[in-house]
Amino acid sequence: MSLYELFSERTRANKPVALATVIDGPNIGAMLLVTPNDAAQGTLGNAELDRVVARDTQGELEAGRTSVRHYGPEGQTTPEDLVNTPTVRVFIDAFSPPPTMVIFGAVDFTSALARVAKVLGYHVLVCDAREVFATKRRFPMADEVLVTWPAPLFAERGAQLTQRDAVCILTHDPKFDVPAVVGALATNVGYIGVMGSRKTHAKRVERLVEAGVTDEQLLRLMSPIGLDIGARTPEETAISICGEIIARRTGRGAPSLRDGDGPIHK
Amino acid sequence: MRELLNDLDRWKAQGKQIALARVVDIEGSGPRDPGAAMAVNEDGEVIGSVSGGCVEGAVVAEALAILNGDKQPKLVKFGYSDDEAFAVGLTCGGIIHLFIQPLTW
Repeated sequence: MSLYELFSERTRANKPVALATVIDGPNIGAMLLVTPNDAAQGTLGNAELDRVVARDTQGELEAGRTSVRHYGPEGQTTPEDLVNTPTVRVFIDAFSPPPTMVIFGAVDFTSALARVAKVLGYHVLVCDAREVFATKRRFPMADEVLVTWPAPLFAERGAQLTQRDAVCILTHDPKFDVPAVVGALATNVGYIGVMGSRKTHAKRVERLVEAGVTDEQLLRLMSPIGLDIGARTPEETAISICGEIIARRTGRGAPSLRDGDGPIHK
Repeated sequence: MRELLNDLDRWKAQGKQIALARVVDIEGSGPRDPGAAMAVNEDGEVIGSVSGGCVEGAVVAEALAILNGDKQPKLVKFGYSDDEAFAVGLTCGGIIHLFIQPLTW
């Protein structure tokens, strides 16, 4: 199999894979294909360089980061070793599987949110305990529609959720909301949004505290969910939620660019 | 590059020569992050993008020159500080570094 075929196969299977390419220096265009566990494929022209680049590339894969790194022709990395040697610049292009968005509650807001999440590249999972509502027919855009309660879902998937992933709880129903929030808080998920008015949320907080949720854990919850853009329809609300997810990830306050200064991209 | 795979597979099956261009670095403001990719085949068909449309035309010309020439990979840069900038520069004023290579791997 060629490197391209290996790359294409792994990417389609949503498995992490990275391509390290010499973009400057000896052996320009040479490539190494790196995965988290298997031996690297291809060569950059030197065994030691291959070993060092494969190691660094695995780190970038874990972080889901794309970068350019500098080496000596034999994999040297310290400044002293790099004096008097040509520099090999290596572009590390890391492809991590798409992030996951878990949406609890099979309601109208869910279908709009699932659509917007797909535009952003999420693997979308819709979950509701009510069999008549949680159907693939109602949510054709979702990657998975699961008829289950929050606890079993988190027992099965919770450990896989990371900072890149999001949980959105749109049920408005305490008997579903509380276990969903408790389950989400037990994971490392980067965003937890819970729908409901300020009043609903205040009541929910009481139930969560009864369920043993601490004040510190409550700070992780984004509720009422979404940015204050005056969203009313399910579609507008979906944009407001996804805008908030992006702003939380980048650490921005989400004002209009016109009203600020400094670079747009940081 | 994920979004290019279907077309790349088809071009490869048809035996087309392909050049792949990837954003490897951005200085200042840039519309697409490193990793953004486009590909050009020998017939001049284009998939993907590497900017907001500012430099794609110039990238196609570079890619075809590589496919029709020495087939050597090349690091190219487009941006405000270039003389060429006025012809093909980024409207946002950043500098974009692209690596263009034949897809023979």
